[in-house]
Amino acid sequence: MKQIVTLLCLAFFASVPIWLTDPYLLNALITTGIFIIGAMSLNLLLGFTGQLSLGHIAFFGIGAYVSALTSLGFDVPIYGDFHIVHVPWPPIAGFFLAIVISGFCGYLVGRLSFSVRGAYFVIVTISFAEVVRLVALNWVELTQGPLALTNIPSITIGLPGLGYLVLKTKFHNYYLVLAVAAISYFLISRLVHSHYGRAMRGLMENETLAVAVGIDVTKTLTLAAVISAGIAGAAGSLYAHYIRIIDPDVFAFISTVTMVIMVVSGGKGSLAGPVVGGVIFGLLPVFLRPIMPPEAQWITYGVVLIVILFVMPRGIVPSLAAKLGLARAGGTRRASVAVSERTAEEHA
Amino acid sequence: MDQLLQHLVNMLVLGGTYALLGIGLTLIFGIMNVVNFTHGILYTFGAYMMFIVVHQLGLNFFVALPVAIVAGWLLGAVIEITLLRPLRGADIDTTMLVMIGAWIAMQSGALWIWGGVAKSIDNPFPDAPLVIGPVSVSWLRLFVLFAAALLIVLAYSLINLTKLGKAMRATFQDSDTAALMGVNVSLIYTSTFAIGSSLAAAAGALLGPVYVVFPQMGDLAAVKAFAIVILGGLGNITGAVIGGFILALAEELGAGYVSSGYRDAMGFLIIIMVLIFKPTGLFARAERVG
Repeated sequence: MKQIVTLLCLAFFASVPIWLTDPYLLNALITTGIFIIGAMSLNLLLGFTGQLSLGHIAFFGIGAYVSALTSLGFDVPIYGDFHIVHVPWPPIAGFFLAIVISGFCGYLVGRLSFSVRGAYFVIVTISFAEVVRLVALNWVELTQGPLALTNIPSITIGLPGLGYLVLKTKFHNYYLVLAVAAISYFLISRLVHSHYGRAMRGLMENETLAVAVGIDVTKTLTLAAVISAGIAGAAGSLYAHYIRIIDPDVFAFISTVTMVIMVVSGGKGSLAGPVVGGVIFGLLPVFLRPIMPPEAQWITYGVVLIVILFVMPRGIVPSLAAKLGLARAGGTRRASVAVSERTAEEHA
Repeated sequence: MDQLLQHLVNMLVLGGTYALLGIGLTLIFGIMNVVNFTHGILYTFGAYMMFIVVHQLGLNFFVALPVAIVAGWLLGAVIEITLLRPLRGADIDTTMLVMIGAWIAMQSGALWIWGGVAKSIDNPFPDAPLVIGPVSVSWLRLFVLFAAALLIVLAYSLINLTKLGKAMRATFQDSDTAALMGVNVSLIYTSTFAIGSSLAAAAGALLGPVYVVFPQMGDLAAVKAFAIVILGGLGNITGAVIGGFILALAEELGAGYVSSGYRDAMGFLIIIMVLIFKPTGLFARAERVG
């Protein structure tokens, strides 16, 4: 039943570019899709391990810069006459390198910051993202600083026997983003339903107990951080090759907040949560733009976040699932089954 | 050597206002366990109040300062009563996200009302700096240092000598027992938030005339305040004062001897280093952390 709904949703998303030809809306959908991938990766940390990372945009930005620099090449003086020179590689190599390097950064940050919890973890992750932003701003030889990296090539895919396909149009990029989103969704779904996923939820609910039954906390959290950062890096790479210009503003704190809003409003710890929250908050500006100035849009954003936290603190998807679960519990099933199913659904 | 002396003088001026920011946040963070993302916006608000009173109402600079502080106190009380009071008992992530929402809304509000163009505030002090040997410091900065020192002493006395301060300290140690002893914990929370906010507004009102005033000025101030609180240890007022000066020193030396582009990175690096090597802060009282 669940798989059928997921497949139907996927089919619906796949059909969009066929009947929606407005380039402005399609552009909004592509950027929203990229941010939904980021939000899904954030949900892996926030929703399944309970760690609120507010530096998530760092991995997104690192992915964007790695991918852009790999495909553009660079010549950076390190010391005196010693230079590091890199000749441009195909963008698709940049995409995979972005995943690897972002994942590695996730490993480092995870190892360092999982020694603290709660508010301290949040502040460490914010600091990490800001340090990375300041490096991107000040290391002008590598990143061009505020002048931005421009003319980033589009991703090219080699098709056996058919030559090369350059993914330059919105139509192509939409499907590229959809494919990466679907793969990420599948990966995260497999992970949270595996042994590791149960370990993650175990230590989110009661860390002391989880340690007592033999869960390796650091290993489990680091694994989540690596995969989460890798997926965020993939999203960053897609962003760089779609927008084709990036500057240090890609690390803006507000982008992390956007992802957090998507996860929290949709429902953290629910696989479909970030997608639902992402579609709502990604497309909200499209509908608000004609009726109010940008400042008022952001005010609305902030107010909507507060209202959601007051009214539906668990998010849209779990609240709806709980309602459906209650309705079903009234039927023939035993109550205990319904309850355990409801908890399962919250995490599904 | 002369350069170092100059950096030390700058450090004193900057450190005083940082200490104000830090005390305000450490009170809120320590007593209420709320990660207050609106702290930076209160800083911005204080600076804009200064601008409004001096330039739009045409009143005296020295009248504007208390007005900004009182306005910060009121705004803090309003935020606490409308947003935090209904969420008592909610987990720390929820209150943090609500504070982020409030911060986004209020910062965009500031941008809407006052526009994005940076504004400067006139001050009544002479332009020529005070020169003592190799060191020069403007009269305005000297005034900022003394005003900040006065406010720090006031905050200190409030917390250590008054009945309200005693109730605040009791709530910090154990809110349930404090409530049993007849402390109105809800009122203490509101007062704490209002006092912390007024200190942030004071810092903004003092630094606003030194630099320029713009809607995003509070973002970095908020992060610096977090760095100071972490450095000094949660809820530790003395730690916050020392932390403020340490951060100011690190920034001055970083900007002077490394690169001015990395001045603002110092706060973040301090946060990361302290949390990795000494997560309880440099001056932690061993109990009640985390």
